Amino acid sequence: MDWLTYLPSLAQGALVTAWITLASIAIGAALAFAAGIARVEGGRAVSTLALCYTEVFRGTSLLVQLFWLYYALPLVGLSFDPVTTGIVGLSLHVGAYGSEIVRGALSAVPVAQREAARALNFGRVHTLVRICLPQAIVEMMPAFGNLAIETLKLSSLVSLISIADLTFRAQSIRNITLDSATVYTLTLVGYFLMSLVLMLAMRLIERMVRRGAAFPRAAHA
Amino acid sequence: MMYGYAWDLTTPLTYAASILPILLIGLTVTLQAAAAGFALALVLGLAFALLRRSRIKAVALATAFVVEFLRDTPLLVQLFFLYYVLPDYGITLPAFLTGVIALGLQYSAYTSEVYRGGIEAIPRGQWEAATALNMTRWQTYRDIVIPQMVPRIVPTMGNYLVAMLKETPVLSVVTVLEMLGLANMIGERTFEYLVPLSMVGIIFLLLTLICSAGIHRLEKVLPKAGIPLR
Repeated sequence: MDWLTYLPSLAQGALVTAWITLASIAIGAALAFAAGIARVEGGRAVSTLALCYTEVFRGTSLLVQLFWLYYALPLVGLSFDPVTTGIVGLSLHVGAYGSEIVRGALSAVPVAQREAARALNFGRVHTLVRICLPQAIVEMMPAFGNLAIETLKLSSLVSLISIADLTFRAQSIRNITLDSATVYTLTLVGYFLMSLVLMLAMRLIERMVRRGAAFPRAAHA
Repeated sequence: MMYGYAWDLTTPLTYAASILPILLIGLTVTLQAAAAGFALALVLGLAFALLRRSRIKAVALATAFVVEFLRDTPLLVQLFFLYYVLPDYGITLPAFLTGVIALGLQYSAYTSEVYRGGIEAIPRGQWEAATALNMTRWQTYRDIVIPQMVPRIVPTMGNYLVAMLKETPVLSVVTVLEMLGLANMIGERTFEYLVPLSMVGIIFLLLTLICSAGIHRLEKVLPKAGIPLR
């Protein structure tokens, strides 16, 4: 039963993977909303800036971005520890993809809703927060669920900048034991289980958001 | 010196110019891997989509599980699995081929979903008409469903091709010398990573911008040619 002896180390790696994934999802979501809202509501300068961010981080490969942050930035005097670099890289990447989701959902809100808000003398911020976002956020949730799984999968790339995540641990164990089939099967199953948990969590959040959106003023009632 | 091209480190610009030919050699490998991987994903994905609609419950369920598993696990780990495990069972493939198979497998999970959506978009009436004409299930797929479904899903498939293109750098970790792998090697030898890695980023950006513009055009042209995209 060799495989039992691999489990403690793999579990430690899985914790690192979970931490990096969750941190990147949180920061990525903040970036996604900032950039997505900037593209729909911002003036020309702000929305162009947001567009550039989205295109650059969607258009270049994540591994290139990670290596760039890890190897190239220290040469111009900016260096962080690997975990920070990994989270920064993953968040920026995921945030760019997420901003497209936010932008799409916000621009799909019917114009009549904005017009009605204006007729009721709502300000821009008020319209966005009270009228557009609550409707758009429900539409975003399924796509965000997919993106969360994507983030978990992409987090495996941080093993290549020497972060001891699940993939990195698997590589180390395999290098010592040469027991490739067992190690990688366990690793794949580990990622699969984590994906399932993440999927369930995202569904729960989706249901909460749906309920909240149906009664947006419940908190004031 | 690599592939007969020497680098010139006098200024960042001369450095960039001197390593561009090397990176372009890497780019051809990147493009080949993406093209081969995508061809595999198109074929496998269709097979998965059809098997998933099989009338034999066990086949449909097993396919659904395989697709879900492929989709929910990282490309990098799948790649390591193929690269290290297959030789243990006597199957030794070149790194490039292993990479292509990994890309194809991972993306077949995505393409099968696209096919599935495309197949489900064909109105029920057409299936019923085919049954009325005494066509077999296989004939209906071949002559009625697939010919109508394929043109509709072209733009979506195009987006996945672009996504795959951006994932090919992962192949560099199993010694495939594509663009990122070469940029890293240049970096290791010159101790100057900023220029080569930035160039790889810029080349990818140009590539994806061009492809996205092409797909955008397709989305405009196809409906005009009478092909509904939804």
